[in-house]
Amino acid sequence: MSKDADQQTPANRGLAKVPTGIQGLDEITGGGLPCGRPTLVCGSAGCGKTLLAMEFLVRGATQFGEPGVFMSFEETTQELTQNVRSLGFDLDDLVEQKKLAMDFVRVERNEIEETGEYDLEGLFVRLNFAIDSIGAKRVVLDTIEALFGGLSNVSILRGELRRLFRWLKDKGVTAVITCESGAGTLTKHSLEEYVSDCVIVLDHRVTDQMSTRRLRIVKYRGTSHETNEYPFLIDEDGISVLPITSLGLQHTASTERISSGIPRLDAMLGGEGYYRSSTVLMSGTAGSGKSSIAAHFAAAACARGERCLYFAFEESPGQILRNMRSIGIDLEPWVKQGLLHFHASRAAIHGLEMHLATIHKLVREFKPRVVVMDPVGSLTSVGTRQDSNVMLTRLIDFLKMQGITALLTSLTSGDEALEGANMDVSTLVDTWLLLRDLELDGERNRVMYVLKSRGMAHSNQLREFLLTNQGVELQNVYLGAEGVLTGSARQTREAAEKAGSLLRHQEAEAKQRERVLKREAQEARIVVLQKEFEAEEEVAKRDIEQERSREETHRQDRDRMGISRKGDKVSKDAEPLARSHETPRGRK
Amino acid sequence: MNTSTKTAAAITVVADAASVGSDAGSIRHEETQTWELRLYIAGQTPKSVTAFANLKRLCEEHLAGRYTIEVIDLMQQPQLAAGDQIVAIPTLIRRLPEPLRRIVGDLSNTERTLVGLQLRPANRSQS
Repeated sequence: MSKDADQQTPANRGLAKVPTGIQGLDEITGGGLPCGRPTLVCGSAGCGKTLLAMEFLVRGATQFGEPGVFMSFEETTQELTQNVRSLGFDLDDLVEQKKLAMDFVRVERNEIEETGEYDLEGLFVRLNFAIDSIGAKRVVLDTIEALFGGLSNVSILRGELRRLFRWLKDKGVTAVITCESGAGTLTKHSLEEYVSDCVIVLDHRVTDQMSTRRLRIVKYRGTSHETNEYPFLIDEDGISVLPITSLGLQHTASTERISSGIPRLDAMLGGEGYYRSSTVLMSGTAGSGKSSIAAHFAAAACARGERCLYFAFEESPGQILRNMRSIGIDLEPWVKQGLLHFHASRAAIHGLEMHLATIHKLVREFKPRVVVMDPVGSLTSVGTRQDSNVMLTRLIDFLKMQGITALLTSLTSGDEALEGANMDVSTLVDTWLLLRDLELDGERNRVMYVLKSRGMAHSNQLREFLLTNQGVELQNVYLGAEGVLTGSARQTREAAEKAGSLLRHQEAEAKQRERVLKREAQEARIVVLQKEFEAEEEVAKRDIEQERSREETHRQDRDRMGISRKGDKVSKDAEPLARSHETPRGRK
Repeated sequence: MNTSTKTAAAITVVADAASVGSDAGSIRHEETQTWELRLYIAGQTPKSVTAFANLKRLCEEHLAGRYTIEVIDLMQQPQLAAGDQIVAIPTLIRRLPEPLRRIVGDLSNTERTLVGLQLRPANRSQS
């Protein structure tokens, strides 16, 4: 309704538009269909023309207060009512409320004989009557070309159709006219020559057995519009056109960090985990633990109170819940609380665009902060490589614009180079975790490493991880001659290291003991030596004493001899000196 | 609008009054069956007038005394258009005898009108 109000402001670029209310179509037309003018919707059989036209009327009647007239040339009123009931449109109710008028125009050639001049005034009368009866603002003529099948005078028909379109304009109703597309032309009978204000082409193409509906605005006079082909889908809510106008790099970068759900993985990612609204790719071979890590991430988001949308392309929700419970991650409470929503579908059931449309729709409805796609690779296998890249780019951009943190898992086959397999996607993602199976000593063991992570100092280590009863556990790193050690080799090394340290400990103790003993021994020897020394000293002392006493005796003897000989008195001072020199010699 | 209703009334009266014997042209239908014809027009346009004149002439020639013509002007009664699946104007509908026949145009091509009304055996290759 706000758009509606916008349209009524006189300064609004001249051309008033009528919102269709169809998801996405108003975005690519810049507000809707040209007000009071006819719009041609052409396409081959079964591409959704009638439905688009019908939704235009129903939305107009229910959302924008504009009653409408549906003039059908192919299906009866009853058939139409039944057909669109599955989309939740109750036409009988709308007719009763005078919001919708329906008229089935049947023209059978074999019942009709043409004689001379005629015109289509009968059609005008009926249309006019229907419009006036409910004050209609919108008109649908569903496959007006059926007239060409019923009436043979083409020149009269063409003239009358031209008059009809003019008349609709004069009447001031916004009309949608559907047409079958012809070979090489937009419509079989070149009606685009008359309805030239707005032409929308619907297409239903089958590539690789996958059908995809596409919509393109060929022409929209007096306004700018998107010219690309947009995939659209028809589901229980009607038509949704994918507004891929959001393709761009304008998203803001958040500095907020969110946990991966595995503390030691957070540590590898600069200590804090992923950036909010970044895109994380996790690629790995089969059975390398991608889903388990994804489940951790989902559980962590729910634990923070954030909504998480989980797209499962290979497992049913029940299977995921069971499997994750086996490694200690119970997701069921989150599902019950409405924080976690699974959307499980086989990738092969739709084309890429259909998937993208579904994702868009669910994201808009559920408004998650975190999206897990497991595995995104099965999507890319649906289309060609180029298609899938375009689709992934759109998807990633879309999620980023919404500020959603996305975890995409991707299966790489064993014989491909791991980095090469996702080359195209890798440039789009912000963080890339690579999971691998290392084959060593007759075992396969899981390792992971952070191949890249924009904007953070991430670990460069290859880390082994185990799927335990408590979930994914990253192990300590042991390096061997052939790189990182995993599995038994790591355990052996772990054990060996434990044993080694014990041995070293024992050795140190032994050494200590030895030192104590040695010291004791040394000390004992010191005592012995001291005793010996003392003993020797004793002996020396005694010798000196003896010597001295002998000397004394000797002198006394000499003195006595001198006295006896009456010789000079020996100078007591000089003698000992001379003697000290001579005594050793003399003694010898 | 008054003129058209008057016209319709006048025609009906004329038809009823006509008591001249039938033409040899109607081969397959019982001589006694009354033909119920309905002509849809939208206002007194030249085409409508021509159609009415042609129809009256043909009926007088081939069905004198056992036909009724009802003229419906959709300008007056637009709600009636849907009932008989009217698209082109003028449209002549043969309601009786069965089956229902539908002839569009101003009936200026007498041959085709007669074929359309099955007053003449269909021989499309000639016409």
